[in-house]
Amino acid sequence: MTIAADTSILARRENTSGRLSDFFWRNPKILLLLMLTPPLLWLGVIYLGSLFALLLQSFFSIDDFSGLINYEFTLATYRQLLIPSNFDIILRTVVMAVLVTLASAVIAFPIAYYAARYARGKWKVIFYLGVMLPLWSSYLVKVYAWKLILAKEGIVTWALAKLNLLWVLDAWLSLPVVGGTSLSISYTGTFIVFIYVWMPFMILPIQAALERVPGNLIEASADLGGHPAQTFRYVLFPLALPGIIAGSIFTFSLTLGDYIIPQIIGSSRLFIGQAVYAQQGTAGNIPLAAAFTVVPIVIMGLYLWMAKRQGAFDAL
Amino acid sequence: MRSDRNNAAPLGLKIAAGAGLAFLHLPILLIFLYAFTTEEKSYQFPPPGYTLQWFAVTWNRPDVWAAMGLSVRVAAISTAIALVLGTLCAAAVSQTKFFGRETISLLVILPIALPGIITGIALRSAFSFAEIPFSFWTIVLGHATFCVVVVYNNAVARFRRVSGSLIEASMDLGADGFQTFRYIILPNIGTALLAGGMLAFALSFDEVIVTTFTAGQQSTLPIWMLEELVRPRQRPVTNVVAMVVVLLTFLPILGAYYLTRDGDQVAGGGK
Amino acid sequence: MTAVLFQQVSRHFGAVRAVDSVDLAIAEGEFFAMLGPSGSGKTTCLRLMAGFEQPTSGHIEIFGETAEGVPPYRRNVNTVFQDYALFPHLSILENVAYGLMVKGVAKAERLKAAEEALAMVKLPGYGTRRPGQLSGGQRQRVALARALVNRPRVLLLDEPLGALDLKLREQMQEELKSLQKSLGITFVFVTHDQGEALSMADRIAVFNDGKIQQLGTPEEVYKRPKTRFVADFVGSSNVLPPDFVAGLGFSKGYASLRPEAITLGESGPGRKHFTGRVVAASFLGAANRVTVEAAGARVAAMVPASLAVPAEGETVTFSFLADDLHQMDGAQ
Repeated sequence: MTIAADTSILARRENTSGRLSDFFWRNPKILLLLMLTPPLLWLGVIYLGSLFALLLQSFFSIDDFSGLINYEFTLATYRQLLIPSNFDIILRTVVMAVLVTLASAVIAFPIAYYAARYARGKWKVIFYLGVMLPLWSSYLVKVYAWKLILAKEGIVTWALAKLNLLWVLDAWLSLPVVGGTSLSISYTGTFIVFIYVWMPFMILPIQAALERVPGNLIEASADLGGHPAQTFRYVLFPLALPGIIAGSIFTFSLTLGDYIIPQIIGSSRLFIGQAVYAQQGTAGNIPLAAAFTVVPIVIMGLYLWMAKRQGAFDAL
Repeated sequence: MRSDRNNAAPLGLKIAAGAGLAFLHLPILLIFLYAFTTEEKSYQFPPPGYTLQWFAVTWNRPDVWAAMGLSVRVAAISTAIALVLGTLCAAAVSQTKFFGRETISLLVILPIALPGIITGIALRSAFSFAEIPFSFWTIVLGHATFCVVVVYNNAVARFRRVSGSLIEASMDLGADGFQTFRYIILPNIGTALLAGGMLAFALSFDEVIVTTFTAGQQSTLPIWMLEELVRPRQRPVTNVVAMVVVLLTFLPILGAYYLTRDGDQVAGGGK
Repeated sequence: MTAVLFQQVSRHFGAVRAVDSVDLAIAEGEFFAMLGPSGSGKTTCLRLMAGFEQPTSGHIEIFGETAEGVPPYRRNVNTVFQDYALFPHLSILENVAYGLMVKGVAKAERLKAAEEALAMVKLPGYGTRRPGQLSGGQRQRVALARALVNRPRVLLLDEPLGALDLKLREQMQEELKSLQKSLGITFVFVTHDQGEALSMADRIAVFNDGKIQQLGTPEEVYKRPKTRFVADFVGSSNVLPPDFVAGLGFSKGYASLRPEAITLGESGPGRKHFTGRVVAASFLGAANRVTVEAAGARVAAMVPASLAVPAEGETVTFSFLADDLHQMDGAQ
């Protein structure tokens, strides 16, 4: 206790950092502005700017003869979206996204529920990493793995042949819509791979929502005579719902915009992502490609708005 | 849900959870098996024989090395940019209350909340509009944009813990703004930043959708793989590369987990 | 010399007047308490002294030097935070030495000073531990050592004992008091616990709604509360309404009367008496607290446990020394 100062206000530090520090302390708004400028320039100007420029192009049209963009405001491109062949693409994609989301929720729920309520200690870690590792594994490798699995000479055919169940596969593939010449060129295949790739994004938000539920709430329901099914319906499900909605933001959005999975595993019928890719690439019709991108943006905008009202962002 | 340690899970739930996890992991394990197959022309199962020769073949493929090198450089620079931008954003949002902080959070999340193809095509048309030729830097620009959110998510949770009285205590004890940052803020958010950086690296290393729009003739490793998927040239080499990629991405994920396990969990909403 | 001076200091947050035209002079070497309910402005006053807040208007001096516009790190004033705010990534010794480190004191010297400070708060040898390994009471002592090692001219304590259990709190009260005496540093502490303020402070400022209601020694504040708020908040005085007071022959106005000043039975010389009906009686150990309704007022009295307790509904007569009744000026 030898260091004593006899002044109550210490002298200003007359070096650059001392002066700057005083300056920022007196003007916290300037510091805030300095901190926000680089990210805002990047995300707000470059990224949002590009996004708006793209959206703007959807209000232009393409000259059918010259193939050049006609820079006049028109809604003609949006009308083009509604012609049957294009509208089918939108419908197909949305239906697929809805089905993938529902199926993901069904598969994810038991994993999330077990991890939140029963897994302890070592098992908690195993569950957590067991979800994180596939979630972060290479997207293309995961798609590739399914190409191996669903191939005609692959493991699925082999396993079914061993079980003498090949006729089930053949019967399924002969169905309209979901069938095809093989699993890897059918909607069924596309559907399975979509679930596989996006389902992990559903698990963690549900788990987070369930971990906030006090365990005694479930016991209270059982105590009050709640049948397990009733407990699920009236207690567990409503409490997990914000998590499910939060997870569905990912599964829904990612399915809506994907163009690689249906290209590698699926029939030749297009999804929105593929249509955008084809229109901007080979067809060179940027306005139509832009108009197509507006569809997922509008759908996701509505979706996020509804999710926010449900309080799903807290579970993200 | 912490009260019932003694309750055993119902059998049905155990099976459903176990089957779900198996569904997530078996396909990846299958990749490992195929890396050793002797079959070249098809995806035959079970493999007719096993060999190590494809590792040697892959090792000697210059295109694989070039793609890998490009991916590492892109990921490293994108991560560095994302670290700076994400930390600044997180600091601004958590240290001060200002009008529009919700908007900032939304802006950061937008590049991953919107489908990747939209980000990709928007950047591509902006490049062509501004007459910027495709290059290494156009790839980096795209990657950094969606990597910011990973760093941001990790940092913002930790910043909240540091903000408030710890910073006031430091200032009270005579540390100016820079000293407080150096001695108090940085050590406390360091591991979160490292974790965020690792995840950003993994995200960039693996990204393909945006990259197809922002890369010209250059191939990152995912682009290389995509080409092999669409037009297979030498399937066994793809098998080996796939296995190596899986092993390589496990490292940053495990690293990030160990860095953040004491406190906030690694933000899962990464891709 | 005046350690801390507030002249017409106000701090507004939007429309909320957290601190409203406060005048205050804390003397050097004083143990000064700021007492009040939460939201009364006491903590904001402390933060104004530390420099975490700036006054909206008014003037602040610390030992005669102007303090407004001076950042916290340039004030020779240190704070013990309510949640202690120990740095979780540093050892106890590094925590205590932090203030000296950022001021550029050489390593050997600052570690020695930190060891001494830890010994002073009775935690010698705890330096290598982390804050997470200590109990609440130990963390409190570390926070104290971390502030005192800088030899501040004013030490600010924000509800320092609030998180401790009763026994520990009483022990720390005594230790803080003797520490303050031996070091001679001006202590300013914020509390909502009137017992703590009364037992520790040399002077107390009672806050309500951003204003100081009364400033005085514990005895003054306790025995002669200036306002009804002070009478209510400090101790458990009876606040007697004007008509009741006038009925006893005093000038008409609110007055306070402490329960222990009232005795059961008829009066003697210099005493006043009143009669009422017993509405409640409760046993408090050494005494019974008896409440009567008399002339439209409720009055509580302490009756020694040795005397018989009057039953509810019984009519009793109480008396008190006229000098013990304290007439409040400007009471609302």
